[in-house]
Amino acid sequence: MNYELRIMNYIKRAFDFYYDGFRQMTLGRTLWLIIAIKLFIIFIVLKIFFFPNFIASHADKGKEADFVAKELTSRGPQE
Amino acid sequence: MNLLTIDPQAIDWARAQFALTAIYHWLFVPLTLGLALIMGIMETCYYRTKNDFWRTAARFWQRLFGINFAMGVATGIILEFEFGTNWSNYSWFVGDIFGAPLAIEGIVAFFMESTFVAVMYFGWDKVSRGFHLASTWLTGLGATISAWWILVANAWMQHPVGCEFNPDTMRNEMSSFLDVALSPYAVDKFCHTVTSAWIIGAVFVVGVSAWYLLKNREAERELALQSMKIGAIVGLIASVLTAITGDESAYRVAKVQPMKLAAMEALYNGGEDQSLTAVAWVNPFCQPDYQNETEAPLRLAVPNALSILATRTIHGYVPGVNDIIKGYTLPDGTVEPSAKEKIERGRIAITALQAYRQAKTEGADEATLNSQLTTLNSNIKYLGYGFIKDESELVPFIPINFWAFRIMVGFGTLFILFFALILFLMWKKKGIFAPAAQNSKLSTLNSKLLWFAIILIPCAYIASESGWLVAEFGRQPWTIQDMLPVGASVSDIGSGAVATTFFLFLALFTALLAVEINIMLKQIKKGC
Repeated sequence: MNYELRIMNYIKRAFDFYYDGFRQMTLGRTLWLIIAIKLFIIFIVLKIFFFPNFIASHADKGKEADFVAKELTSRGPQE
Repeated sequence: MNLLTIDPQAIDWARAQFALTAIYHWLFVPLTLGLALIMGIMETCYYRTKNDFWRTAARFWQRLFGINFAMGVATGIILEFEFGTNWSNYSWFVGDIFGAPLAIEGIVAFFMESTFVAVMYFGWDKVSRGFHLASTWLTGLGATISAWWILVANAWMQHPVGCEFNPDTMRNEMSSFLDVALSPYAVDKFCHTVTSAWIIGAVFVVGVSAWYLLKNREAERELALQSMKIGAIVGLIASVLTAITGDESAYRVAKVQPMKLAAMEALYNGGEDQSLTAVAWVNPFCQPDYQNETEAPLRLAVPNALSILATRTIHGYVPGVNDIIKGYTLPDGTVEPSAKEKIERGRIAITALQAYRQAKTEGADEATLNSQLTTLNSNIKYLGYGFIKDESELVPFIPINFWAFRIMVGFGTLFILFFALILFLMWKKKGIFAPAAQNSKLSTLNSKLLWFAIILIPCAYIASESGWLVAEFGRQPWTIQDMLPVGASVSDIGSGAVATTFFLFLALFTALLAVEINIMLKQIKKGC
């Protein structure tokens, strides 16, 4: 029981640490806003709309090696 | 006849996009590494002396560290997106090698960094001074460990080791994690890159401090003077270490990437007793006629210095561009085949690979498969050459390598002299940076030196980026040295899509950079 209470206490203290820290931020709020906007643009806009996984979208699952082999050998010497 | 089905412009746009995003990423990373060291030193001074001045100083530089850190967050992840979209063949080819280093980088280094950076910012007056100091150092260590794993991956591209090609999976599979992680090329690259990042931190600190002194900001005077001293000490040590590690890196390049060294030196025809070019006329805009010119015109060189750099012997043999193309024999009898022979063997390897996979699909007997495998394995070292159509593709664009190398070394030498001068003046002429009214004789020197310190900030970035230009342009046409050229690495993707994202990144990163500079300047003006 004591052990569980101690763990909960640590978790609460860690939470308070971060909560107080974020609450007292001044410049940090601006920086976090910039980070959030940047992450949204990178992971939601760019990744989804502009950076699909090329092999996953062109090769059947489990056939990736065949796809890459064909891609590479077609760019090598042709008989 | 070779069949190239991809849009040739896609290769150029994919390269340009990767270069753009890598260059932007590298604007933020070195200042993170460099400032981490300096703020660690300052907080150590606070821990040891309990003098609140050092706490103020450390917190000031931590604020600027935080701005740069926030701006740099996730700029590197875009490079990994590009692997999967624009460089899919390359990405598949190296997946087994890069997987471990990048996973460790993400799990260990990133979490370490992000955990302790929170303690660093939120923990003043909440945790013990010792724990806070440890957190500050661990933040920097986390960032540095991140750099280690990324540089291990890049080093593997330059000198692939610890791997075996598996024709069934079409991947290079890691045969020795330690060979990859502790490759001498990776060790040299890490040391050189990190020490060069420390220079950027030092130049930044000295430059910002110089601004406070120029503006006679009394509230920041002591901060500026002490920061300038620490910055100059760190900068001098880092500059010397960067020169030493740079020499080691060049020695490594001479061993495993002789064409890169030849391009760096515009060395068309090599031999023994090769001199190191200080400067020569190499037209920045077009590939020189290396086949017909004996050497770059108006060449000033240091006798035998290139032989010493490349071989550690005064008379050592250093191959030039034409020697590498035609093939050469080292003094110890080792024969380096000609490009023509490598290309032929590479074609045999690719044909054997194709035949092996075809035979396996058709259920051929073991003897047939083994025969194809034997042919493949005996020529696997030259697999990448099989994609090369013309020998001239094996020569990187010499002007970029030549001039970028000189810009890097030139500024590196200047930094050593500059930091030494700053320390000498601060030691010998205690009032050197006193307000002009108190020390009018030195006011002109004072002001010129301080302005010079500010101007050196962008110069340090130019030097740092130039180093990467040498590293990455010098390895062309290879994405993986000797194994996979850019033409084979790139996805069969329309150039329009890549061009579009290129300009998107240009806009996004330029905006980010403008925001960072704006916030940074405001905080610097605000002072401590």
